[in-house]
Amino acid sequence: MCLAIPGKVVEAFDQRGMRMAKVQFGGIVREACLEYVPETQVGDYVLVHVGFAISRIDEEEAARTYQALSELNQLTELESPVVEEIEPEKIEPGKGQR
Amino acid sequence: MKYLDEYRDGVVAAKIVDEIRRTQTKPWVLMEVCGGQTHSIVKHGIDHLLPEGIELVHGPGCPVCVTPLEMIDKAHAIAQRPDVIFCSFGDMLRVPGSDGDLFTIKSRGGDVRIVYSPLDCLKIARANPDKKVVFFAIGFETTAPANAMLVYRAQKEGVKNVSILVSHVMVPPSIASILQSPLNRVQGFLGPGHVCAVMGYREYEPLSARFKVPIVITGFEPLDILQGTLMTIRQLEQGRAVVENEYSRILNRDGNVPAQKLVASVFEIADRKWRGIGIIPKSGYKLRWEFREHDAEKLFDVKEIDTKEPEVCISGKILRGIKKPHDCPVFGTICTPQQPLGATMVSAEGACAAYYAYGRHLEKHRETTQHTEVASLAGGAA
Repeated sequence: MCLAIPGKVVEAFDQRGMRMAKVQFGGIVREACLEYVPETQVGDYVLVHVGFAISRIDEEEAARTYQALSELNQLTELESPVVEEIEPEKIEPGKGQR
Repeated sequence: MKYLDEYRDGVVAAKIVDEIRRTQTKPWVLMEVCGGQTHSIVKHGIDHLLPEGIELVHGPGCPVCVTPLEMIDKAHAIAQRPDVIFCSFGDMLRVPGSDGDLFTIKSRGGDVRIVYSPLDCLKIARANPDKKVVFFAIGFETTAPANAMLVYRAQKEGVKNVSILVSHVMVPPSIASILQSPLNRVQGFLGPGHVCAVMGYREYEPLSARFKVPIVITGFEPLDILQGTLMTIRQLEQGRAVVENEYSRILNRDGNVPAQKLVASVFEIADRKWRGIGIIPKSGYKLRWEFREHDAEKLFDVKEIDTKEPEVCISGKILRGIKKPHDCPVFGTICTPQQPLGATMVSAEGACAAYYAYGRHLEKHRETTQHTEVASLAGGAA
């Protein structure tokens, strides 16, 4: 878990005032926070660690790093469950989300 | 892909190894302090490619490994509570505490959830206003910005039912601790690439100057590790000791400044216990007073938990480069990844677990430190 994973920014959006993105890693798309690399644009490649982009890199570097991580079996965190946002008014009292 | 071929090319690797052979006149001991590098070295057998007399030892670079057992027991005590949703990165779930692991707690009815990003905890907390959501905030400097953002946003958005159990450590104090030991054998360091993507490498410069030790910030791919080794050996042979950056295609001297700023606003530097090693002064983070409402150790009564490690485990010596996995009498027999006795066996990025995963516990040629201890003395301390 100490290595960051490269991916391509395919969409940028605002979430409660935070700059967020959808980032494509191979066949998986996950959300990532862009607050630490605010200059990032759609189409850029970024190194993402636990849902946070920490630096921008070029496409060739991204491809090579991704391949190397794949060989080290270091991509499993991308398969962690996706947590969906639930609007508070949709939560029944005492029920919560499972 | 041109670069892909270039970086995976056995011909290039052989050229670098040849250059290392031409450069080296004495035996040297180098240490990497990044679990990703350790894993890569063992998987690709990079240490076996190097000329005789150049020894790679594996430092405390695996965040899961160095998380103290008592912190894992604290996590388990909190996770068992019916009012808690306990969230963690996946790789902490199978690390055993004194009584089972987080999977055990989940199977007994505890609400334990794997998250991808610490920010997922905000969503879970908003969706479960009657529960306390606790995140197990472990890791090195690479992970600190993510965990800091969780607490910062929780405070800013008024999400009161989120807290973090902090066990955050930093690489430079661990390097200082290794070099200060009278038993130290390490003469040069491969610095952690992705940690420095966040932190830059300014803070390694006083360390290199003070201890007169070369530090080369290095990536984790095989050719990066070979190139970083060559750069370190060159410095040692020339009697130089500076910080160099092998990984300039990823990082620069300054690192990610916005991330460093947020980390500094949420965390302050504190003494931290490292599994296998013990307390290293000013070696990690704790939450600043302003964020105490999000500090799980303050919210839950776990302060008294203090767990002792099995005495047979030599992981503390392995993490400092004084011993290697094969020096341990129980490596691969009593102590395995399924039943780990200590730090370096609990995660695939730990030296013992990596040696085990790639079959080195079965090898006839057992690599111990004994043959190099003499060589290291002959080479003199850096």
